[in-house]
Amino acid sequence: MSRFSHEVIEKNSILLLILSLIAVSIGGIVEIIPTFLIKTTVEDVKGVRPYSPLELAGRNIYIREGCYLCHSQMIRSLRSEVERYGHYSLAAESMYDHPFQWGSKRNGPDLARIGGKYSDEWHRLHMANPRQVVPESVMPGYPYLAKTPLDYTHIADDMKALRVTGVPYTDEEIANAKADLEAQVNPDADVTGLAARYPKAVIRNFDGNPQVVSELDALVAYLQMLGTLVDFNAYDSANFKQ
Amino acid sequence: MSTQKHTDEISGVETTGHEWDGIRELNNPLPKWWIYTFYVCILWSLVYWVIFPAWPYLSSGGWKHTAGSYGYTQRGEVSAELQKVAEGRAVFMKQIDAMPIEDIAKNDSLMEVALAGGKATFADNCAPCHGSGAAGGNGFPNLNDDDWLWGGKLADIQTTLTHGIRWEADADTRQNMMPRFLDDKMLTREQINDVAEYVLSLSNKADDAAAATRGSEVFAANCVSCHGADAKGNQELGAPNLTDAIWLYGGDKATIVTTLSHGRGGVMPAWGARLPGSTIKELALYVHSLGGGK
Repeated sequence: MSRFSHEVIEKNSILLLILSLIAVSIGGIVEIIPTFLIKTTVEDVKGVRPYSPLELAGRNIYIREGCYLCHSQMIRSLRSEVERYGHYSLAAESMYDHPFQWGSKRNGPDLARIGGKYSDEWHRLHMANPRQVVPESVMPGYPYLAKTPLDYTHIADDMKALRVTGVPYTDEEIANAKADLEAQVNPDADVTGLAARYPKAVIRNFDGNPQVVSELDALVAYLQMLGTLVDFNAYDSANFKQ
Repeated sequence: MSTQKHTDEISGVETTGHEWDGIRELNNPLPKWWIYTFYVCILWSLVYWVIFPAWPYLSSGGWKHTAGSYGYTQRGEVSAELQKVAEGRAVFMKQIDAMPIEDIAKNDSLMEVALAGGKATFADNCAPCHGSGAAGGNGFPNLNDDDWLWGGKLADIQTTLTHGIRWEADADTRQNMMPRFLDDKMLTREQINDVAEYVLSLSNKADDAAAATRGSEVFAANCVSCHGADAKGNQELGAPNLTDAIWLYGGDKATIVTTLSHGRGGVMPAWGARLPGSTIKELALYVHSLGGGK
């Protein structure tokens, strides 16, 4: 057969597979590669830092409990969202999230800027039984979090694994992981190192029980820092227009 | 399989020449309407490339992308929309910003705006603790009554909203705590029992008159500096009135003993850094209007 015939591809499954893969790859590469190259994809803002060990442990619990199934962490650039939740989310704010927790389902409110919105006591009551404070709530209770001691034996390994994905944890931060985690729930401890390594880290006993580092400590620490790292007053809104 | 062209006898249409086990494929052309829609889509994509941000390109400063003829961005759109909204509200917001809060309360048209705005802000930011009807809950004060911890005047409410209560991050936050009389070994269990009986006697609920009498001395020595000699509280210090039957944490004896033993110190976030000043004024006016404003 002198002329190319489509029949050749149709009748050769391996060739069909290879050519399909090439066609799909071209589409993917053209759409994905530029977002890695164009600088404005992730804005350059001050303040975003990797999670402190306690916040990271809380984030792991957030993922374990499937919070993302009902809560998003992504304020979209729409008037209704900005007026309710605050400044729209920036890519930079989740650049150390692996995986990101943007979510797409909102049975509950968006949590991107929940940090500092309510008191720790509110979070404690709300986690134990959401209807205790919000009678209309459909959120399940998580009373066992307060009773379960946090397992942080592998927190340094967690940080090492994240470093492989590009989170800039230093050797010093990894070496101090456990000590920093314990210090963040103990305002009486020496927290100068922790505060220097993780600026704006909130240091206090989050679950109201100083005897034990509970899973609730970690989760509340995580929730109380969400969306608090970037000081938007320092930027003109035109900064993020691109 | 034969690759010879062949015209189907029944439909009169030429086949593609493919044949599997005697089955042949008719070579019908695509419908005209489909093919023209397809061409129009291709043309539209060219227009789209020009109007909207579309193509990445490498320039001297690194990778960039075409901005599109209108320079459209989603963020630009929302900024413009928010600015338009702010301009629309500016007539009222400027007055609310500039006027002392007491004067706003006397201005009917401004009050209409402030109460509507305050209600909407309350629903998202305050209702999770104080309840959607502002009736509060255990540890979270009822805002409908006229029993205030830190003062129920407009200016007091505005201060509380702006700086919060025991909110570490705000230097001007309202401070003061119920001490932990048992935990910090300031009183014995017996003394705490007596003073709880005395506190109950203030609202005529005491069971043990002798204990209440002993408790009145403990009260005079330890409690009056905040709650006052008449136990009517002190709003400068956030000390509640103990003579009314309104309780933040519960007025049964066990709860009062717990309060005395382990202290209390409810926290309210400071909203000054989160909400604009005009919104806080609206909220203060709204809360004040709920029924208990002084």
